[in-house]
Amino acid sequence: MNRKVIFRGVALPYALLAPQLAITILFFFWPAGQAIWFSFLRQDAFGIRTQFVGLENFADLFADPLYIAVIWNTVVFSISVAALSLAVALLLAVLADRQIRGAGVYRTLLIWPYAIAPAVAAVLWIFMFHPTIGLFGRMLNGLGIAWDYKLNGGQAMLVVILASAWKQVSYNFIFFLAGLQSIPRSVLEAASIDGAKPVRRFWTIVFPLLSPTTFFLLVVNLTYAFFDTFGVIDALTKGGPAKATETLIYRAYVDGRVNLDLGTSSAQSVVLMLAVIALTALQFRFIERRVHY
Amino acid sequence: MSTTELDRVLALPATEAALAASRRRRRAGLLTHAVLILGVVLFALPIWIVLMGSTHDAATVGRGEVPLLPGAEAVENYLAAWHGGASRTTNVPVAAMLWNSLVMALLIALGKIAISVISAYAVVFFRFPGRMLAFWAIFITLMLPVEVRIFPTFKVVSDLGMIDTYAGLIVPLIASATATLLFRQLFLTIPDEFVEAAKIDGAGPLRFFWDVALPLSRTNMAALFVILFVYGWNQYLWPLLVTTSAEVETVVVGIVKMIGSESNTDWNLVMATTVLALLPPVAVVVLMQRWFVKGLTETEK
Repeated sequence: MNRKVIFRGVALPYALLAPQLAITILFFFWPAGQAIWFSFLRQDAFGIRTQFVGLENFADLFADPLYIAVIWNTVVFSISVAALSLAVALLLAVLADRQIRGAGVYRTLLIWPYAIAPAVAAVLWIFMFHPTIGLFGRMLNGLGIAWDYKLNGGQAMLVVILASAWKQVSYNFIFFLAGLQSIPRSVLEAASIDGAKPVRRFWTIVFPLLSPTTFFLLVVNLTYAFFDTFGVIDALTKGGPAKATETLIYRAYVDGRVNLDLGTSSAQSVVLMLAVIALTALQFRFIERRVHY
Repeated sequence: MSTTELDRVLALPATEAALAASRRRRRAGLLTHAVLILGVVLFALPIWIVLMGSTHDAATVGRGEVPLLPGAEAVENYLAAWHGGASRTTNVPVAAMLWNSLVMALLIALGKIAISVISAYAVVFFRFPGRMLAFWAIFITLMLPVEVRIFPTFKVVSDLGMIDTYAGLIVPLIASATATLLFRQLFLTIPDEFVEAAKIDGAGPLRFFWDVALPLSRTNMAALFVILFVYGWNQYLWPLLVTTSAEVETVVVGIVKMIGSESNTDWNLVMATTVLALLPPVAVVVLMQRWFVKGLTETEK
């Protein structure tokens, strides 16, 4: 899309673009290019000699059973977070969309958690599920269930999934509510007059009409689970116990920051880049389809 | 049987059906409220726990009593956190961390809005060599979130001597593809007649930007401000990487550091800090809710 009437000048637009482009090149393209370049290199143990090794870093990465385990963790984690937060948000949005007393109050009370940082959400969940100082953690232990997410990998995964999904519900709620409000009332009334019960109305009319929103949110939630949950995992489990909650992003952080392994860490960055490109492509394909409706 | 009696008998089943329907509706209504209240409690309960815990002494919380009613130590705890932080772990005053978070969130939000609005203006209202290239360069950064290029970016920042500075915390995060796209979308809808009229009146591009384009973007800016303030305040991985000194520690990173290894954590102070760290972004979202909800659903689609 282009405007027909424009201003003349060349220096001014370049000057206006300069700050954004400078930051983009310096902090986005240059580092991304370096990550790709380093992913083909290997340093010796003392960091003195660097050697071009082709795809060896990638081959090593995918030959490492621990990395495959991390991929599996990430898949389980991301799908669970997305499914759980979407389901809860949809239920709450459908109910808050009904004409009931106090609908506005419910909406505000369900929207505000948008402001909570993932890391802070994790801290809040410590106070609920910590085995000795958490409300429910103590209850579970009191009931004779051995609950300690610091020792039990499955429980650790469950807590990081719950905390991450909890933080994302309000975001999904906002979009589902907007989606529901854009469904024409007349369609629902027509179905109602034809005798369709609420549950049937939901599955045959509301849910299909919401599918663009749902699909958009699915991609956003997967992206969130992939990248933005670093804070949740770092605050709650630090990837443990025994790497049970290590996701791709957490592993990349550990390898680069703690193990200072440039080649492997860069190869992981490249893998992550490919994941984002796939997710973004998915999202834009869908937006294009929507435009053609 | 008189006619009135007949009427009553005939009417009876109908009334009963109506009554049953209204009973059903009421039950459904009650269920709706019950589930919604459950949802509200799901989000409010953790906040309630930290709010109440932050008013008790360290021993009570540390023993795991999980108080659900206010205690007597509120003033002491908040003052201790505000002035000294958790003295047994990190020892950074929460006031300083909150200030750092505020500076970071404000400058990221305002910086992103400022550089995005001018670059969108350049792309929409001018024709110059490399225009589409510039647009795509900005657009493609959507595919390069900070998390995938952590270490090379960290290296650039450290080569520039920006570790442990506000500049290092803020500048690498203020490029924004989403904001640029939003302003571009908005500028494309400004009628050509406006531009023609401005030109006839002798107004140049900067004058038009200031008097027409900017005022028209005000609502979008308000919405973006909320989204970006929350984004800036809630950053975790980036500050964790580029700051090591207490001078520039933000509160979200600070809380997690206060917990430390959990062996000697002042849990009551962690709770007080959590409450303080939550207040600013929640206040921004709640107070600007109307713009924010509209802006969010329009920006991100």
